[in-house]
Amino acid sequence: MNIFSELKKSLIVALWFVFLTFPIMVIRVNTIEKIIEWRWRNMLIIAIGSFLVSLLWRYLLTRKQTQTDSQLEKRPLSQLIFEEPKVYKPILVLIGLFVVIFPFIFSSYQINIMTTALMYVMLGLGLNIVVGLAGLLDLGYVAFYAVGAYTYALINHHFGLGFWTILPVGALLAAFFGILLGFPVLRLRGDYLAIVTLGFGEIIRLILENWNEFSFGPSGIAHISRPGFMGINLNLNESIIYLYYLMIFFCLITIFVINRLQNSRIGRAWIALREDEVACQAMGIDKTKTKLTAFALGATWAGMVGVIFAAKTTFVNPASFTFLESAMILSIVVLGGMGSIVGVFIAAMILILTPEYLRAFSNYRMLLFGAVMVLMMVFRPQGIVPNVRRFYRFRRVTSNPGNLYDKSS
Amino acid sequence: MTNLLEIHSLTMMFGGLKAVDDIDIYVAPKEIAALIGPNGAGKTTVFNCITGIYNPTEGDIFVCRPGGVKKRINGIKINKATELGIARTFQNTRLFPNMTVLENVMIGRHCRTRAGVLGAFLRDSSTLREEQQIIDFSYDILVHVGLADQVNELAKNLPYGDQRRLEIARAMATEPFLLLLDEPAAGMNPRETDELRELIDRIRNDKAISVLMIEHDMKMVMGISDRIFVLDYGKKIAEGTPEEIRENPVVIKAYLGEDFTIDA
Ligand SMILES: Nc1ncnc2c1ncn2[C@@H]1O[C@H](COP(=O)(O)OP(=O)(O)OP(=O)(O)O)[C@@H](O)[C@H]1O
Ligand SMILES: [Mg+2]
Repeated sequence: MNIFSELKKSLIVALWFVFLTFPIMVIRVNTIEKIIEWRWRNMLIIAIGSFLVSLLWRYLLTRKQTQTDSQLEKRPLSQLIFEEPKVYKPILVLIGLFVVIFPFIFSSYQINIMTTALMYVMLGLGLNIVVGLAGLLDLGYVAFYAVGAYTYALINHHFGLGFWTILPVGALLAAFFGILLGFPVLRLRGDYLAIVTLGFGEIIRLILENWNEFSFGPSGIAHISRPGFMGINLNLNESIIYLYYLMIFFCLITIFVINRLQNSRIGRAWIALREDEVACQAMGIDKTKTKLTAFALGATWAGMVGVIFAAKTTFVNPASFTFLESAMILSIVVLGGMGSIVGVFIAAMILILTPEYLRAFSNYRMLLFGAVMVLMMVFRPQGIVPNVRRFYRFRRVTSNPGNLYDKSS
Repeated sequence: MTNLLEIHSLTMMFGGLKAVDDIDIYVAPKEIAALIGPNGAGKTTVFNCITGIYNPTEGDIFVCRPGGVKKRINGIKINKATELGIARTFQNTRLFPNMTVLENVMIGRHCRTRAGVLGAFLRDSSTLREEQQIIDFSYDILVHVGLADQVNELAKNLPYGDQRRLEIARAMATEPFLLLLDEPAAGMNPRETDELRELIDRIRNDKAISVLMIEHDMKMVMGISDRIFVLDYGKKIAEGTPEEIRENPVVIKAYLGEDFTIDA
């Protein structure tokens, strides 16, 4: 009964597709010989193809609907892995080993790509604070990235100060811009917030593009110093490897910090804000303060990566800070799983590395990208590795009512 | 003893609509008071005025923590009201659905704890100690309301009655002196309602918290309240003990129709 109705619906879909594609896929008018070619075989392929795809789609949808998502009964593999030291320790050691020897087995071209991917990991984790944890849809995140990059580029150009001096400056300045953006959008939510932040991102980019005296306009700033290694000047190859290790280091710090933030008093306040703004305030949480810290901390990360970006490419211009960049970072967060560190990491790797290694398909890149996003949103809206809340264990000790339990997690 | 909550001639207008019309309400220490009235009478609006969600059009709202000074709180920020010691639940439960039961309660501790961003990074001993206290305190409350077995379950997966109790637990975590409950028994079966009634009684007795609740379940209201205020079309039409309200002809007429008796 149910199967029949599914089959019927899929049949209708197939017929509809046949009808839609009929003019372009079946009829071909040969204008030179003035004949019409009827390609019936194409029609058959489309009919069967769309029928099967529709059937599969329906099957997956119904399967998804019957699934329950109780944290207790069905905990995802990722979390089980991280709970068992016997399992995750060897995995971590292996990953660590790979990371360390990576520059010695791959070419500098590949190291460069990996460094870029790691930069996106960091950007993704930073935006994850704003979007994933605090639930503030920020479409102008690239603005803070630009602030960091231009901070280093300009100060280095004018005063010759080095990477390590500017890194905290870039981070702080980005945080300041984060708060600057935060204030006017305090009252906004959802779509409205998205539009304003999008505008903010564009404003920063347009200023950089048009204020020639300040930012050197579209031609950008070249000859930015690479990061120095304790006063030693490195050659190109060495500095690529150096930057790679630097990025690994920064990524580790980011993961460490975000992991701690997530399960802290502030982190919980962000999540509560995301879940229900009114209830969050009714729990005594200061909305203003909480939102501003989220914006500021998220921006800090973008600022740092910006400084690293300027140092890596030794050249910045406004073309690197378009909306597409914000969209990319946001996709990393959404695809990975809102609020999930491992997810963001995996998503950044997939989204940045696959296009590099699938150059053959570069024409279909955006098409594939769109298709993957749509499929993810339909079948796995929680992301590749959904964020799982922390598990607490209590053991009740009945003899002492003042201390009923013992925390161990 | 002074009253914990005193509302003088409160009026709340929405455009031309007088949702609350010149009412006086008070709650004494260690008292369970109830606010009843037909749908749309303005009960939730009163709660929203007390907790700072709305700024009253007219009137005064005073609160006074036991042993503290009287304070006018018209138009207070929502989180400040909670900090002062007024906690509430919502008519349509507003939990944090994707947080665990324990975390929901832990959020309630936010306004009584201090750790900042730096503490989160460093996890110094005072931050760790505070975090442990938050966990312990929250777990205690969950034991108190009978949700200790579901600590790690996501709030959205709880049955309806448990969600209501979790909301009370979360409010309790803010250490209030006054608890505002908006239809706590809505959607509960009779057994759950009895448990709830016992819980509210315990909250009042053990923790010395006063309760002001909106409730449609007459059996519960009559059985538990020390004082009842009746609203109708934004106006207060009666006030008194359950016995007085039960016999009040105005209430019977306005609230329950002409030929109806309140039985509890
Ligand atoms: N924000 C608002 N804007 C406009 N009108 C409102 C607003 N909030 C409440 N009202 C109106 O005020 C009146 C009182 O609403 P309120 O929610 O306080 O009633 P209630 O006594 O809680 O009813 P119920 O028993 O159905 O919960 C209703 O007519 C309602 O439509
Ligand atoms: Mg109501």
